[in-house]
Amino acid sequence: MLYARLIASRLVKAVIVLFLIIIFNFVLIQLAPGDPAAILAGEAGATDEEFLNQLRERFGLDQPMYVQLWHYVSGIATLDFGFSYRQQMPVLDLILARLPATLLLTGTAFVLSLGLGILAGSLAAARVKKPSGSLIMALALLFYATPLFWVALMAVVLFSVYLEWLPAYGMLTVGAGHTGLALALDVGKHLILPATTLALFFMAIYTRMTRASMIEASQQDYVKTARAKGLSNGVIQRRHILRNALLPIITLAGLQAGQMVGGAILTETVFAWPGIGRLMFEALQQRDYNLLLGIFFFSAALVILFNIVTDLVYRLADPRIKEAP
Amino acid sequence: MSFFARFAQNRGALIGVIILAVIIAMAALAPFLYPESPWRMVQRPFLPPLEMDGFPLGTDTMGRNVAAGLMHGAWVSLLIGFVSTSVALLIGVPLGAVAGYYGGLIDDGLMRFTEFFQTIPNFALAIVLVAIMQPSVTSIVLAIALVSWPPVARLVRAEFLSLRHREYVEAARLVGQGNATIILRQILPNTLSPIIVLASLMVATAILLESALSFLGLGDPNVMSWGYMIGAARTVIRQAWWLSFFPGVAILLTVLALNLVGEGLDDALNPKLARERS
Repeated sequence: MLYARLIASRLVKAVIVLFLIIIFNFVLIQLAPGDPAAILAGEAGATDEEFLNQLRERFGLDQPMYVQLWHYVSGIATLDFGFSYRQQMPVLDLILARLPATLLLTGTAFVLSLGLGILAGSLAAARVKKPSGSLIMALALLFYATPLFWVALMAVVLFSVYLEWLPAYGMLTVGAGHTGLALALDVGKHLILPATTLALFFMAIYTRMTRASMIEASQQDYVKTARAKGLSNGVIQRRHILRNALLPIITLAGLQAGQMVGGAILTETVFAWPGIGRLMFEALQQRDYNLLLGIFFFSAALVILFNIVTDLVYRLADPRIKEAP
Repeated sequence: MSFFARFAQNRGALIGVIILAVIIAMAALAPFLYPESPWRMVQRPFLPPLEMDGFPLGTDTMGRNVAAGLMHGAWVSLLIGFVSTSVALLIGVPLGAVAGYYGGLIDDGLMRFTEFFQTIPNFALAIVLVAIMQPSVTSIVLAIALVSWPPVARLVRAEFLSLRHREYVEAARLVGQGNATIILRQILPNTLSPIIVLASLMVATAILLESALSFLGLGDPNVMSWGYMIGAARTVIRQAWWLSFFPGVAILLTVLALNLVGEGLDDALNPKLARERS
């Protein structure tokens, strides 16, 4: 029952945050220089007076502010994000069509970065004063400072242009007509470069977090007890230190994962990965602000969903946490 | 040990200071070495590096001097990094101070507000803000500041929470100092070292954010920036990889240097912590 109540309270909080984001979007449209109708239409609509009038009527732009806000909020509450006149499709359909690709990319990158980050971090923690430990931390610092989009471009140059090992663009070989396993392998091959480059930055963060958390855990009394019992160093590292160090990492990883959606905008742009990040780039280039705001809303919703999931995982993993939020 | 001695003990921090000094020198010398606008087309396009005197890094797709762009870009990166961090501090420090000092309902409200901004994906928010306000140095600075102040507010709040019942604060209250005086004169000075460390790391993040924004075409169209140079050369990466390579190295080195300096400052300002960590 505890979990039902917990999920309910988290969902209420999520709805409030999403509502605030809708208002935020509304305020942004109002604050933007120029005619709100032109902004909603993007630059293309600016020439078509009839279309602008349609938009004014639809959003009630000639009416008082609170009526306008009501139109906007009730539209989004009924999942009506408007129409993208540039792409000639409803915004919701555009986003939903692109969502699976982004989930595949960010999901893979998340698992990859968390797994490798915890591995590298625990190795570095076990070798605190040795050169190998310092090397891991130096690499982590290097990846942390490297612009994501630049690594992605350099990976294209190295692995696609010079070595010709991996495809540089898209999600599958166009016209190959693969099905079943062949299709999965084809997508997997296209996934390697975008997922790895997206994972590098987050791997660096998780490595540093794991090391710090493990060093802190290694100073606890139960580690002394374990040593006194004569357990081997490897067992102490794995069973006693790592297990206790993992809990804070899960929470922090959940918070960081939100930034992964942002990173996906850059990687998807470089690799022409057909997800919502690439869609955001297209919306930017076409000044399709309505689509842009729709994607913004969805990416925030994704982050909130992700935070709820990690929160639940955390509570399942640590039975000590009994109290509701 | 003095502050400088402790800072100098961290070899990485020294390397960081040296790199940063070189970048600052690049920014400062740009108007003298390359007085012409970095946007001017001065040679044939796609000139490879080291092929012609005066163009050590070659020219880009439009025949603009890459070396000139790199040096002028240094100024833009540093400017936006430092100014946006200052603006973020101006938002985060007062919010955190008030929340931590007064506590109760004020604290609750301000922290919900901060959480809201932390939930929104940073980069997506920055993109939307710059796109709608139209790209300019001002809108970029504002957008970066708006997405990066929450950690400042949380840090300052935590510091104020732990300091507000210290004896020297109670003493100040007893001699009749007002809340504003206590916040500004008594508590704030004692929270400066963690704020300085955080700020140096924030400058690094801000530079990364700015480069990513201008890579996507959201840079100020009047100033040359490293991110723009990489973005503009993206489509010709197969023919001319160096056009994207050098600005990327410049961003990498600057961000790395700022991170190293931040760690050095942390060691120097919090000597007890540093010993525990190593």
